Amino acid sequence: MRKLSIKTIVAIGIGAAVFAILAKFVAIPTGIPNTTVQTSYAFLALMAVVFGPIAGGLIGFIGHTLNDALSYGSVWWSWVIVSLFVGLFIGLFTKRIDVENGEFGTKQIISFNVIQVVVQVIGWFVLAPVLDILIYAEPANKVFTQGAFAGISNIITVGIIGTILLAAYAKTRTKSNSLTKE
Amino acid sequence: MRKPIIQFENFSFKYKSQIEPTLHHINLTIYEGEKVVIVGPSGSGKSTLAHCLNGLVPFSYKGEMEGSVTIKGQDTKELDIFTLSQMVGTVLQDPDGQFIGLSVGEDIAFALENEAIPQEKMVRQVLNVSKLINMETKIQSSIHELSGGQKQRVSLAGVIVEEVDILLFDEPLANLDPATGKHAMALINEIQKETNTTVIIIEHRLEDVLSQDVDRIIVVNEGSIVSDLNPNELLASNVLESCSLREPLYIKALKYAGCKVMPEMSPASIETLKLDESKDKLSEWYEATSPVTYEKKDSPILELRDINFGYHKSSTTIQDVSLTIHKGEMVSIVGKNGAGKSTLSKLICGFEKIKSGKVLYKGVDITEDTIYERSSRIGMVMQNPNHMISKHMIYDEVALGLMMRGVPEQEIKERVEETLKVCGLYAFRNWPISALSFGQKKRVTIASILVLKPEVLILDEPTAGQDLRHYTEIMDFLTELNSQGMTILMITHDMHLMLEYTLRAIAIADGQVIADDSAVNLLTNSAVVEKTNLKVTSLFELAVKAGIKNPIDFVTRFIDYDKEARVIWR
Amino acid sequence: MAVEMLSYIERKSPVHSLSGSTKLIIFMLYSTAAMLTYDTRVLVGLFVISVAIFIISKIRIREIGFILAFILAFLLLNNIAIYIFSPQEGVKIYGSSHALFEIVGRYNVTWEQLFYHFNITLKYFVVIPAALLFIVTTHPSEFAASLNKIGVNYKIAYSVSLALRYIPDIQRDFRIIAQAQQARGIDISRKEKLLKRIKNASSIIFPLIFSTLDRIEVISNAMELRRFGKKKKRTWYNGMPFRKVDYIVLVAGFIILIASLVITFYDGSRFYNPF
Repeated sequence: MRKLSIKTIVAIGIGAAVFAILAKFVAIPTGIPNTTVQTSYAFLALMAVVFGPIAGGLIGFIGHTLNDALSYGSVWWSWVIVSLFVGLFIGLFTKRIDVENGEFGTKQIISFNVIQVVVQVIGWFVLAPVLDILIYAEPANKVFTQGAFAGISNIITVGIIGTILLAAYAKTRTKSNSLTKE
Repeated sequence: MRKPIIQFENFSFKYKSQIEPTLHHINLTIYEGEKVVIVGPSGSGKSTLAHCLNGLVPFSYKGEMEGSVTIKGQDTKELDIFTLSQMVGTVLQDPDGQFIGLSVGEDIAFALENEAIPQEKMVRQVLNVSKLINMETKIQSSIHELSGGQKQRVSLAGVIVEEVDILLFDEPLANLDPATGKHAMALINEIQKETNTTVIIIEHRLEDVLSQDVDRIIVVNEGSIVSDLNPNELLASNVLESCSLREPLYIKALKYAGCKVMPEMSPASIETLKLDESKDKLSEWYEATSPVTYEKKDSPILELRDINFGYHKSSTTIQDVSLTIHKGEMVSIVGKNGAGKSTLSKLICGFEKIKSGKVLYKGVDITEDTIYERSSRIGMVMQNPNHMISKHMIYDEVALGLMMRGVPEQEIKERVEETLKVCGLYAFRNWPISALSFGQKKRVTIASILVLKPEVLILDEPTAGQDLRHYTEIMDFLTELNSQGMTILMITHDMHLMLEYTLRAIAIADGQVIADDSAVNLLTNSAVVEKTNLKVTSLFELAVKAGIKNPIDFVTRFIDYDKEARVIWR
Repeated sequence: MAVEMLSYIERKSPVHSLSGSTKLIIFMLYSTAAMLTYDTRVLVGLFVISVAIFIISKIRIREIGFILAFILAFLLLNNIAIYIFSPQEGVKIYGSSHALFEIVGRYNVTWEQLFYHFNITLKYFVVIPAALLFIVTTHPSEFAASLNKIGVNYKIAYSVSLALRYIPDIQRDFRIIAQAQQARGIDISRKEKLLKRIKNASSIIFPLIFSTLDRIEVISNAMELRRFGKKKKRTWYNGMPFRKVDYIVLVAGFIILIASLVITFYDGSRFYNPF
């Protein structure tokens, strides 16, 4: 743990704050009651790719806990753990994507999306409901349906907004000395 | 015998990501106990120079170095950033970034915490330092309760809570209004005497820095030191003008009047300035210039009637504000932080809903209109361009508002290209925004509003953080727009901007309009100046000193003369 | 959507004067106990203790009313959802069926189902006062120190403090950005089609995220210049020292946890079966 750079620590702290704000204010209604598209997971994916698995996992964990605690006065631990899981594993498996040096072409977009879909399927379709049953003894079919809804909407959000964000981030990293006025 | 504390020897530095070196062959010695100001336009390398002292270069920003920097006899290459920061304490420009703790006490103690100093000792040390900066009653306060000046004092305390040899200030005045800036300079002076340190100040607001004595001013331009003089010598020279740095206004006036500024006149500040024979020249110049008359504009475009507003049920941020803006005017709105000037602009744009009162646009009541409906009439440009830019390419950014309005593609193309031409951005239309300078980004945000063809433009601090060149660019552009009929409102605490560009100024204090007058009258009225944290312009003081019978008229004539001089330049 | 957020409420009470670490540990013990048990007797016991602590804390219900209303609405919805998805969950758990009345098909109302709902709701009522109290009686400045004291790496503890410090700043930025984008016609409400809404949302989160990335750089520099991370440990200006009462409370907390676990699992099941 001593290897954590100051930049990573700051990224975790500020990232968690942004995650909480996005979760609170930028949830897009889908039309299905009580189901919103959570833009915060697209941001989480970006941070996980850029700052790595430890930052990703902790941003998900701290950000989700803070938002639950500050907005609802209680913490839904089973889903908090899923946020940790999603941030951690997207960060871990996308290590080879060198977005820091402006690399984010078709190949990277595909591999990023394959990874995010697999990680989120496990997280939302399996982990979240299982934890709900273990901790809260909720009915299986209810939590599996909830997990599936959340999973699908988060996979779509990360797929669209996450990809756009990463592509934009990669572009800001490209060298601009090839530019000429027209 | 003076003892050197910092020595640059034939020092050059190139950032890893850049092709050209940022600093070339710097030779500079700073002695113990000196107070040195480093000035230079943006991009001149003055910030890099500062980073070389506190260790951010090369430990955070990597690059190639040649030559050496020695601090207290030790080559910085051999040290690390932690050791360096024990000798050089840095107060950064952005107080919200530097203020890391949740409360004043905690932030002051931050460095002590990192040194694992026991709690009781920390509490004592923090209390002592907070007395030094007059904040001992605010130790428990959170950052959100503090004003800009107070935040900066806390930042300073966080650095001097331990003994350092050198204090480095990176643009300490950038976020402060003129009166607070003056206090900040006085405090720096006091702290230096108290702690016996060497002080280095990086700044481009020279007139404000010189409100206190400094030993030397070093001018940096294009990566080299172009002059290293004491203030009196510097102001007597032409160095500032040639590096496009802003001269104090009274110096400019002396030069217009044909006076030769000599070091012996001690021109470093208006208080010490000796006029002698220049007095006559100033009077002659005053008599020779013709009095100024302005045509009155009289076609109301925007009217506020008895506006009241508060963010919470019980609070009132804006109280009974009524004012009328006429078509084609250029007006500045001034006031302290928190006086309500930004809130007022938000009410005009419909970002917040007023409690009572009316907003009229060309005589039509728009009080109930939405943000979106108002935005095609009244455009708002935010202070920080990064808060507005959401696209990667300039073209797309400017086109965004039109796309959202469902304008046909052909028309979008025409309107965007036309706007880009007006804003001088056409040549860059296919550039990514990230490749632009701060000033250019600002222009992109102005373009993205202009493309919607509003007739009123509101700008929040349009020139904050800009050096003279970018400042002049932006303001000339706005003047040009104004002359084409655009009505412009500017929220600002920049006195130069007010004086030089806007005829009319509205002063706000405690949510009320306390003055609505010409900018010249406002800046020569000491009661208003005090309530808005501004300063009486040095031109006025110069006129008084020169014994001119109508000092206010002197200021008016200077501004008018200066405007024409600038037109000729262009 | 609750726009207001919970925050520290200044007061002089025995709960306020406990060290943050103590409260954090108690909160975690309480959560663990409430998570593991479904034993009604234990839940009722814990609930009574929660309410008692709440009264001692001198926090008034109306100060946290907005959150409570929100939680109650959530619990109601959750209960309805559980019933719709699984009207026989209680029967499955308790192994008997005492029908009260029939609705349609498998949707009847049994005593077992009602008892199951009662238990689920009670579980929340046990944790909510503890969580709320922890948040409103612990000064945010003390929070990082507390985390560090119970064994969390100080750097990670500090990142939590940074999050708390910058949430209001980022919220303010967010407001400014959202207003600026709305003025250009960007809408993420129900009026737009879903796909368009998602794209529009990115116009708002874009500037927010990129200004955040700049901010990370500024703050890292500021922290580095004041030597964050130099030593293996650091002290805390706002840390509260442990006093005798802290130890007493902690011991009591552990006893309650162990007691509730023993009672719960004594008969080999998480559930208390009155049927």
